[in-house]
Amino acid sequence: MDVTPELVKKVATNARLVLTPDEIKRFQKELSEMFEKFAILQQANTKNTKPSFHPIDIKNVTRKDEIGKCLDREEALSLTKHRTDKYFKGPKVI
Amino acid sequence: MIKKFVKEALSGKIDIVAHALKCLEQAEKINQEYHYITEWADVETQAKKLAEQLKNGTAKGKLFGVMVTVKDGICVKGVETHASSAILKGYKPLFNSTVVQRCIDEGAIILGKTVQDEFGFGGFAVNVGKGFQKPLNPVDKKRATGGSSGGAAGAAALFDFPHIALGESTGGSIVNPAALCGVVGICPTYGRVSRYGLLDYSNSLDKIGPLAKTVEDAALGLEVISGHDSHDSTTSDQAVPGYTDVPGVVQGLRIGIVKEAFGETINNDVRKAVLEAVHKLEQHGARKIEISLPYGMTYGIPTYFLLSTAEASTNLAKYCGMRYGAEEQLTGVYNDYFARVRSNNFGDEAKRRILLGTFARMAGQRDAFYTKAAQVRTKIIEEYEQAFKQVDVLITPTVPMASPTFEEIKKLTPVQCYAIDQITVAPNLAGLPHMSVPCGKTGNLPIGMMIIAPHFNEQKIIQVANAWTHQ
Repeated sequence: MDVTPELVKKVATNARLVLTPDEIKRFQKELSEMFEKFAILQQANTKNTKPSFHPIDIKNVTRKDEIGKCLDREEALSLTKHRTDKYFKGPKVI
Repeated sequence: MIKKFVKEALSGKIDIVAHALKCLEQAEKINQEYHYITEWADVETQAKKLAEQLKNGTAKGKLFGVMVTVKDGICVKGVETHASSAILKGYKPLFNSTVVQRCIDEGAIILGKTVQDEFGFGGFAVNVGKGFQKPLNPVDKKRATGGSSGGAAGAAALFDFPHIALGESTGGSIVNPAALCGVVGICPTYGRVSRYGLLDYSNSLDKIGPLAKTVEDAALGLEVISGHDSHDSTTSDQAVPGYTDVPGVVQGLRIGIVKEAFGETINNDVRKAVLEAVHKLEQHGARKIEISLPYGMTYGIPTYFLLSTAEASTNLAKYCGMRYGAEEQLTGVYNDYFARVRSNNFGDEAKRRILLGTFARMAGQRDAFYTKAAQVRTKIIEEYEQAFKQVDVLITPTVPMASPTFEEIKKLTPVQCYAIDQITVAPNLAGLPHMSVPCGKTGNLPIGMMIIAPHFNEQKIIQVANAWTHQ
């Protein structure tokens, strides 16, 4: 697996991270080592094996469609200074 | 220790406020030297409430007056909760996690939050976030506590008062530091304990469990926090049996020795200590059977790191400098703002795991890495199912060696660091209950023995641990 600086930058952009040139160099080396070691996984025989996304059987759980208690608006807004009277304030979209 | 204390506290023989303040004073003193606590709770107010209950005859609870510390990634109402990450600095949850609420309902006093690897990303508790201090091993301050629940394990070892630490494990983060600090740690079956109020690392792997000085105290902690919770749809509705009255009898019990966990990569003293412990259990009537788990022991590390980081990279997407936690001036368009806050506040290992997980999920790579790892996970689960047809429990060393020094850890590459989890990742991937109990020493450093049982058989691991510690 060829981990290039361009690939590291692309993945970082997807993950909303800005990396310094030093970080790109370091992560390139470290991710290369990881993928080299993790390549052993390809040797595992998984023919006709279903993937497991949980360790135990998970069932869908539903509840009655009724209004319940929820977080008070003022309490929710109390954790940030970026707010208006009723809403969270975020950065510009465009 | 705790049961006796609670009995005395409920009888009114103990001045609960004076006791709580004395515990706080001792913990603060230890913390100055060892760095286990990130935030303190209001101990005095909680203790006064309990004193009031004693006065008006409403005092009750299995943990009445007992100090509980909470891993930093588990929410405590009104107490800063950061998963030891700078990105959550200032975040004071508006609610208690279910495990914390259950402890409070049983009369516990929340003492404070314990330091961890940032979001649980580590096996030594050296990857604490920016602005947090690394916890030091209680036996030797030049060495690591193990991780990621390092502060929890250190506190369990050194706090000399009735105390339970709540930790969390994704790939071994309860039993690993328990082993390296010489205490008991129980990681329950996935779904046995509610994750509501836990800052997720990896939803399909995260489990909350107790650490304590003794098996009995850890079992009591587990009993309190276990059980179905409507806030967490992955919790099981299976009834919770008593964990504190399990007899330590192993007559006729079949103990599986995982062959691959005693190989060349395991320190000689560690191997010898665990095999001697098994020999003693045999002398008490247990039967030893050798078991091979090639999938778990060969492919466990890559499987774990690909799955857990894929989940972590999505879980951590919500931390973006809005609504709570770290914030900066709202300048630039949203992608620039989010990227700036994230890049300034996540530590190195968090960035590394976000990159790895994002890569594993990307179009074109998903089948080769994420889906392949999920298939191998099935093989690992099936391998354990087969093993448990032959044996009642499995035993291995918890970690391959005693605690390394900080200088030794600095020289390791990330992949070499990940090898500390080589024995613990497989039972975590399979969601099996497992436990570390102290099992001798190498020099002055503690060794841990890991006991693993089938799903929802926590009593079995407690049974073996009781037999070992009381023999």
